[in-house]
Amino acid sequence: MFRKSPIIRWRSYGDRYKLHGHKCTKCGTTYFEKKGMCICGNLEFSEMDFSGEGKIISFTQIHSGPESFSEMAPYCVGIIELKEGAKITAQIVDCKYEDLKIGTEVEAVFRKFYKSGEKGIIHYGTKFIPKL
Amino acid sequence: MAGIVSWGAYIPKYRITVEEIAKVQHANPNSIKNGLGLVEKSVPGKDEDTATISVSAARNALLRTNINRKEIGAIYVGSESHPYAVKPTVSIVGEALDIGNNYTALDTQFACKAGSGTIQINAGLVDSKMIKYGLSIGADTSQAEPGNALEYSASAGGAAFLMGPNEEAVATLDATLSFTSDTPDFWRRALQSYPAHAGRFTGEPAYFKHVVGATKNILEKTNTKISDFKYVVFHMPNGKFPLRVAKIFGVTKEQIEPGLIVKKIGNTYSGSSILGLTCVLDIAKPGDKILVTSYGSGSGSDAFIFTATEKIIAAQKAKVKTTEDYVKRKEYLTYPEYEAHMEQIH
Repeated sequence: MFRKSPIIRWRSYGDRYKLHGHKCTKCGTTYFEKKGMCICGNLEFSEMDFSGEGKIISFTQIHSGPESFSEMAPYCVGIIELKEGAKITAQIVDCKYEDLKIGTEVEAVFRKFYKSGEKGIIHYGTKFIPKL
Repeated sequence: MAGIVSWGAYIPKYRITVEEIAKVQHANPNSIKNGLGLVEKSVPGKDEDTATISVSAARNALLRTNINRKEIGAIYVGSESHPYAVKPTVSIVGEALDIGNNYTALDTQFACKAGSGTIQINAGLVDSKMIKYGLSIGADTSQAEPGNALEYSASAGGAAFLMGPNEEAVATLDATLSFTSDTPDFWRRALQSYPAHAGRFTGEPAYFKHVVGATKNILEKTNTKISDFKYVVFHMPNGKFPLRVAKIFGVTKEQIEPGLIVKKIGNTYSGSSILGLTCVLDIAKPGDKILVTSYGSGSGSDAFIFTATEKIIAAQKAKVKTTEDYVKRKEYLTYPEYEAHMEQIH
């Protein structure tokens, strides 16, 4: 099912479009999504921008995904460890599953996520490709 | 006048060869290759469109410079394949580039010259000091009806130019003018998926009249000769038309070849002539003069004269992917795979 309202995704444009993140003001640990508390116990974070460079720490291939991503199937999804330390789960595109390895260097790209049916909003965000 | 402060190119990874399309169209591939002067074309990824291509090209342009991106006062995206009929591509691009909210923005459309026209708009805004920097972008995921001759050439890609003060320019804009008339050579009506064209009429009274007209006018206006230019770029609907214009003006192979990207990636429509310009900026030396004439069906041509400055050396050394990097990165598709990709652009 596609959500009819575009508002929920609109709220995350900052994170999804631009890879904005959060850095613990005490220990420097970085997070893609805002946390209530850092692993060090600190409650304060500063905002930061990630470089978009990272490496794959785990990945798989999806053959039968949710309706919104069916047009892309089969597609790869991985956990990316960004250069700054934070981890993000994202699609890895412009590659074949067979070509990926744990440790493959990747870079962020701006791509279409999905269309909300024939009449709805087109959603965009960050995916990753093997580094050129 | 204003100048180009930075530039960026983007071409999708996927390709389809003339042979692969000719198999489906029951045509002779050698005859097509000879007739069009190209061997393959770029194809967008299933998750790529004019907005994503524009962002990629513009990010490359911004990577090459260290300007404060909040000083960008205008963004224009020219295309004939904007993802929405109503909702701007440019606001998606501005958001992804993180330039804030204090900029003016518009999508433009004038067939294949929708991108080059935005260079003129931003140059005017910079010269009038209404803005400090403006981003001019041309990008397309070109449509071609299956079975139509356009299918061999209609491709995907885009280029972006950061326009700004002359003293910061990697290439000064020395002159620009346009040549326009109401010529019905190529069009796409509202709600139609594919463009239509007037066959041979797209040649003499359309492409050639306007490209030659604009080029002749700018040479006369600036009192320059073709031999004054190191590089010359004419819009590239195929590999043959720009070479015919080159012959008319006595342009040498050395002047035209570096920007003749159509042979490798097809016609990227709004990205076509300006990707020719990015090819040239990637290799130009200070003092090199560059002539570019675009063409948009319907019809019009924008002609430009640029001169590369000393600043282009540092800009070329920046760790940014060149047009050639994208040309070399490729994965070939079969026709059924190509069809699946093209289904996603509508």
